[in-house]
Amino acid sequence: MPTLEKDKPKTNRIGLPIADYKGAESTLCNGCGHDAISSQIIKAFYELGIEQHRVVKLSGIGCSSKSPAYFLGHAHGFNGVHGRMPSVATGVMLANQRLIALGVTGDGDTASIGIGQFVHLMRRNVPMVYVIENNGVYGLTKGQFSATSERGSKSKSGVANPLPAIDCCQMAIELGCSYVARSFAGDPKQLIALLKGALSHRGTALIDVISPCVTFNNHPDSTKSYDWAKEHEEPLHEIGFVPYFDQITVDYDEGTATDVTLHDGSRIRLKKLDRDHDPMSRTGAIRMLEEARANSEFLTGLIYIDPTSIDFVSLLNLVDEPLATLPLEKVRPPKDALDEIMQELR
Amino acid sequence: MASTIETAYADEIATKKQEWVVNDFSIQVATVNGSGSQTSNTVLMRSIFQMGVPVSGKNLFPSNIAGLPTWFTIRASKHGWIARKKDIDFLVAMNPETAGEDVLGLEPGAVAVYEETLKLDQIRNDLIFYRVPFAKLSAEVTKEAKLKRLLANMIYVGVVAQLLSIEMEEVRKAISRQFKSKPKAADLNIKAAELGFEYAEKNLPKRDRFRVERMNKTAGKIIIDGNSAMALGCAFAGVTVVTWYPITPSSSLCETLTEYLAQYRTDKKTGKATYAVVQAEDELAAFGMVLGAGWAGARAMTSTSGPGISLMAEFAGLGYFAEIPGVVFDVQRVGPSTGLPTRTSQGDILSVAFLSHGDTKHIVLIPASVEECYQMAIDAFDLAERFQTPVFVCSDLDLGMNNWMADPFPYPDKPIDRGKVMTAEQLEKVGKFERYRDSDGDGIPYRTLPGTPHRLAAYFTRGSGHNEKSEYSERSEDYKNLVDRLSKKYETARKFVPAPVLSSNGSNCRLGIIAYGSSHWAVAESQAQLRAEHDIDTDYLRVRALPFNYDLKNFVRNHERVYIVEQNRDGQMASLIKLEAGGDTEKIRSVLHYTGIPIDARTVTEQILRQEREG
Ligand code: SF4
Repeated sequence: MPTLEKDKPKTNRIGLPIADYKGAESTLCNGCGHDAISSQIIKAFYELGIEQHRVVKLSGIGCSSKSPAYFLGHAHGFNGVHGRMPSVATGVMLANQRLIALGVTGDGDTASIGIGQFVHLMRRNVPMVYVIENNGVYGLTKGQFSATSERGSKSKSGVANPLPAIDCCQMAIELGCSYVARSFAGDPKQLIALLKGALSHRGTALIDVISPCVTFNNHPDSTKSYDWAKEHEEPLHEIGFVPYFDQITVDYDEGTATDVTLHDGSRIRLKKLDRDHDPMSRTGAIRMLEEARANSEFLTGLIYIDPTSIDFVSLLNLVDEPLATLPLEKVRPPKDALDEIMQELR
Repeated sequence: MASTIETAYADEIATKKQEWVVNDFSIQVATVNGSGSQTSNTVLMRSIFQMGVPVSGKNLFPSNIAGLPTWFTIRASKHGWIARKKDIDFLVAMNPETAGEDVLGLEPGAVAVYEETLKLDQIRNDLIFYRVPFAKLSAEVTKEAKLKRLLANMIYVGVVAQLLSIEMEEVRKAISRQFKSKPKAADLNIKAAELGFEYAEKNLPKRDRFRVERMNKTAGKIIIDGNSAMALGCAFAGVTVVTWYPITPSSSLCETLTEYLAQYRTDKKTGKATYAVVQAEDELAAFGMVLGAGWAGARAMTSTSGPGISLMAEFAGLGYFAEIPGVVFDVQRVGPSTGLPTRTSQGDILSVAFLSHGDTKHIVLIPASVEECYQMAIDAFDLAERFQTPVFVCSDLDLGMNNWMADPFPYPDKPIDRGKVMTAEQLEKVGKFERYRDSDGDGIPYRTLPGTPHRLAAYFTRGSGHNEKSEYSERSEDYKNLVDRLSKKYETARKFVPAPVLSSNGSNCRLGIIAYGSSHWAVAESQAQLRAEHDIDTDYLRVRALPFNYDLKNFVRNHERVYIVEQNRDGQMASLIKLEAGGDTEKIRSVLHYTGIPIDARTVTEQILRQEREG
């Protein structure tokens, strides 16, 4: 019996259905923000038509770090040790610069135990997408505050957090990260555009996503709850993404939007909303985050981008083929070389 | 010039022992670090080497950049003994801070060359003193204060050369070699050495018995330190990712490697590198990068020392449990904690063997010579990829930072072993892939590299519990299967790691000695002492790797007593051997040396004799 056109599953530009981009069944709590992010990751890779064998998924330890098992089931994954995903990712990209690295981590993994590695990853501008699934608590160990929890935010049992929050976005800009964004798991449209932009950027692309923990930090007194985020989210711009393979350009009125061209030729289109924000201005971005902190604002969108930055692997001037698979004759110097060295040591 | 006491004692010696001591003594130069004495010491050592006499040089230096005492010891040995010699025969006292103590530490009859203002001859009357006006002499060559100090060091080379009959031509050659790219500096230094030589010729009549005579035992040999030898091994093993965090005494390994790679591993046509070197933010990150790179298929390594090893414990467990290749070079120094950063030890063996929590055990290679530093560096990468696990190579400060004489290193005769890696074609043919399945029965599963263009290639690596398909699992059977297979893999490794080296005296030898790493040289010499001086024969087994080769059990069984010689307090290798030897543990005794100074043969001999006497 011939299959009807309408029964065939929809496929992307490399002929794959979206189901192909899924992973194992999630074991996270029902309604966890992380699952919402996973859905957008699946959709972004599907819509961009990325072959999964080119992708590596990396994570540390925590609820968020479990999630790479729940998307892109045909990509290699590496769930390492707590807070050390950046070094593993750096090693992977040195070994094979053709890979697309997607790191998924949490606020404990990044801002506490892993802050040292986070700092140096940002500073090196290692080519990868780095998603923080930020919920202000340690979920897997049952609800302790993390270092991104705002001062005064209350735990489930009513205790107020006495310490100030670390703003990973602000740190990242200061450290040299070349793509810095903040989003919200409850804003899929913005999140997917930022993810696609990140995947087209060569350098570290950080997306700090507020991703509520429905089990331990979703109560009214928490500044990382769905309700709080929904009420307070203030998008910097309406953000769209035009992939390099897409020739269709949507018309827009002059002066109401700016395009940022990314490394692979794709473009991020930023439509102006209430405020003026130039994401290419580093000082402007830092000032804006400082003000947002003072006013308890929750700004989302593309905070900072430097599309001309040089990533760490490019700095090393490596041969074009991946180091991992160089043949013997490329990695073992000839006998003459050893003879020459031995002669000098005599 | 010489005082009456000196002359009287010298006459006494001259009448008592007329014969020369040729090519068999040690020279110690006491200086201040940062004074450029390293160059002078190297020149002195090379001059003797160029006269065909086996030499070894050991630098005892402080954890400091400039201004603290440093001692450099050169041993000349016609027999080829290159361990540290316990007693100093010939002291060059250039450091006013330590001169008194240095002189008090000498055995009667030893020689002391000293700067005249130090008045060392007033401290003892049983030594042979040579007083030299170093400061005045260097003022003759230059007026510049800093240069004066540097040249004073070259002047002592000339003085010592003359006193010991080292040919001045060889000194000139050694200086020119040292200042290859700076002919002006070479000329100035040669002038200084000649000045010292001439001064000694005119003013210091020979009153001691030590001299160097030309031999033919160093032809074709090289001089190299263990860290450089390991660096060479890495470069020729085809290392592609190098990560490191600076730490004494391992820093020079990666620094030298970086130089070799820049020179020999850059594509001539494109100027592009076939390697990546990263100075990491700490040792955790260094090992993390190694495992990331190893997982993705690179030949990756890092080098460190004790404190770094402690930090690496977490990743060591991940590498073992998730089965990821990587090589870690541990150039051991004295611990615990910061310990004595510039002193040598074999104190990491036990912690490296089981590094990380849970049931973890590692493949450890233990080189004893610079040749083995080179060869084992190459072997380590093959083993890491064959067994998909971190491999540790444990040398130490003595081996790593001191200069050793060796035969030129052979070019590797085997291609590199990339282990069980499945390509897209193989996946297509087999039609199935389970990452942690023991399909060959040797405990070693197959892996795929990220980037492999096949739908079956992907798998999920994790440090948490997993089953054969690399799925998350907390099931008891899965866990047990996994750790039992890892044990099996470790058993398989026994047959692949470097076997022990046995030197046997036949079946009725009662005493056995076991040693490893840089302790080897003292043991070999001690065996000769025991035979020559006490008519005691010993068999000697030199361990070169963990897990042990099965020979070890037999060795313990076949001897009445077995002495395990090592440079740590707790007899760490002895503990490992006791675990292995089963019922024979009461036979096992320890010979321990843990002063931070390299072990010497006399110490080994004395400790064995004492324990033999005590029964
Ligand atoms: S505990 Fe919180 S963060 Fe963890 S899975 Fe549940 S909802 Fe998500």
